[in-house]
Amino acid sequence: MGTTLAEKLWQSHLVREGEGGAPDLLYIDLHMVHEVTSPQAFDGLRLAGRKVRRPDLTIATEDHNTPTLDIDKPIADLTSRTQIDTLRANAKEFGVRIHSLGDADQGVVHVVGPQLGLTQPGMTVVCGDSHTSTHGAFGALAFGIGTSEVEHVLATQTLPLGKFKTMAINVNGTLPEGTTAKDVILAVIAKIGTGGGQGYVLEYRGDAIRALSMEARMTVCNMSIEAGARAGLIAPDDVTAEYVKGRPHAPEGEDWDAAVEYWKTLVTDDDATFDVEVTLSAPDLEPFVTWGTNPGQGLPLSAAVPNPDDFEEENDRVAAKNALAYMGLTPGTPLRDIKVDTVFLGSCTNGRIEDLRAAAAVVKGRKKSPDVRMLVVPGSARVRLEAEAEGLDKVFMDFGAEWRNAGCSMCLGMNPDQLAPQERSASTSNRNFEGRQGKGGRTHLVSPLVAAATAVRGTLSSPADLVDSNTEA
Amino acid sequence: MEKFTTHTGVGVPLRRSNVDTDQIIPAVYLKRVTRTGFEDALFAAWRGDPDFILNQPAYSLGSVLVAGPDFGTGSSREHAVWALKDYGFKVIISSRFADIFRGNSGKQGLLTAQVDPADVELLWKLLEEEPGLEMTVSLEHRTVTAADITVPFEIDDYVRWRLMEGLDDIGLSLAHEEDITAFEAKREAWRPKTLPAKHLPEVHIEAARPVG
Repeated sequence: MGTTLAEKLWQSHLVREGEGGAPDLLYIDLHMVHEVTSPQAFDGLRLAGRKVRRPDLTIATEDHNTPTLDIDKPIADLTSRTQIDTLRANAKEFGVRIHSLGDADQGVVHVVGPQLGLTQPGMTVVCGDSHTSTHGAFGALAFGIGTSEVEHVLATQTLPLGKFKTMAINVNGTLPEGTTAKDVILAVIAKIGTGGGQGYVLEYRGDAIRALSMEARMTVCNMSIEAGARAGLIAPDDVTAEYVKGRPHAPEGEDWDAAVEYWKTLVTDDDATFDVEVTLSAPDLEPFVTWGTNPGQGLPLSAAVPNPDDFEEENDRVAAKNALAYMGLTPGTPLRDIKVDTVFLGSCTNGRIEDLRAAAAVVKGRKKSPDVRMLVVPGSARVRLEAEAEGLDKVFMDFGAEWRNAGCSMCLGMNPDQLAPQERSASTSNRNFEGRQGKGGRTHLVSPLVAAATAVRGTLSSPADLVDSNTEA
Repeated sequence: MEKFTTHTGVGVPLRRSNVDTDQIIPAVYLKRVTRTGFEDALFAAWRGDPDFILNQPAYSLGSVLVAGPDFGTGSSREHAVWALKDYGFKVIISSRFADIFRGNSGKQGLLTAQVDPADVELLWKLLEEEPGLEMTVSLEHRTVTAADITVPFEIDDYVRWRLMEGLDDIGLSLAHEEDITAFEAKREAWRPKTLPAKHLPEVHIEAARPVG
């Protein structure tokens, strides 16, 4: 019987098989580090007198805490500044490459890795950040780890890992126009639930997935963790190779040929079986938004706020009731009628150049609703430069949006970019948890297209809702 | 790591599902560079509510948390485990845990005991009927006892062994250093390395300024 892609990746990184119930020991090809989950790990190394085993497989950047304004000035928040200074000192002491604020390769760690060509098919990739699943889009086994594991990888370049189960997510057919990767993954999470992927590595398959660009694939895999999955991945193909080719750390010459030969083997065999298969029909999908306080509480934009009493399970009823109270929503309200205060375009989910292009195409020549503020935060400094070279910064600023520097920003509000209590956002990020974007803030997760249209109308909208609205030439 | 065999302490019924790590500890508390002192940050958003379970005197010194399904979802922040431990929790009981949270707990000696949903309901009722009730969690027998009720829990055999022995993972892995070195020797040469650093040319980044 054949094997799945996830199983192949596991086998090819096996340092040592676990005996007597012990977990397998896996080799880690790339370890990305940021300021929030690493200080205690480096401290642990120091205490034990250990070194970083492979600085040449490790890279650090600053993203979670960094301001998106006035980055040439000292960071105003002292605890944020200390954390960033600590990362810089640790990188220096342990010989780890770092891209600091102001450097062209600084940015959200999951945007930086792929853009440097460090993320490639067939790798194991870890980072002390749950959205490491992003890198699965390249056909890599990529997952988030805690700080103890960060220390473990720094010290040993390996991780002891328990076996996983496999789930195929088949998305068949063609996506309708205006329906994007973000809508696909929100629909997947709504279908299987926030715990549906627990213990599984998800493999996204089907012609709708094959038709996605590399950046869109990253959006899909990024949110695998929101379904509780260990990791999400997509088998590499020509789209993947094309994306990697020519990037700073891409293999060259004979190495390139050898790598591509290997990448071709990274598929799930035809006769392999998954533990679970889930199927979605792409033509049935439409723009999707969340109404509640976990990413599984989502519906098509054309729907209305649900009634908690309509849920079958007691837990779901209670969760929906709590969510609506927190979100300040009434059952039956059409989602399109929900007014928002802030639109956030950015994050490791949707802060790449294609996301900015897609949103810019919607807002070009239009004026932002006066009731809405819009923040555009490129995923990395390089993305920002690219956007500026294309004039997208002008498009956003003419529209009335704020054009910021790169970082995680309002996705999790560790820097000054936060929602005020009861402020409502349409956000292209990945989590609508209570208080995620600021204490008391209310988050609706949306695609870049929906974010842009929402900024025009002031209520949750898709570009299709803008057909009648006048554009200024 | 301290060895864990059995623990007795006040049980706290938290009737919520999907308690994500942003609720356990909001991001603003993650800026510290130390590994301890997070007790004030635990459930920070909920602690302001006088009705919140930990604000009730009978439960405030609890050390066994009994929560709804999908506990610890979301962010990988190990600070969630540190905050629970710093507050005084030794055991978390739920019918389902998020993978990363469960892994982080195991590394830090916080026991995650997976209990059947019907038994969670039973424990909730006992703890609500008698606030301050002590529970005993035996890792050796894999049981939770409250009043005259004893229910079983599930835990991975290996994690159980490690907790009972109080073993550190890094030391266990480094015992296999020869295997690691052997693996490295056969890795393909074209696999990417971060050093020496390669990148596109350095460019000056303009700082964005506040609007208005």
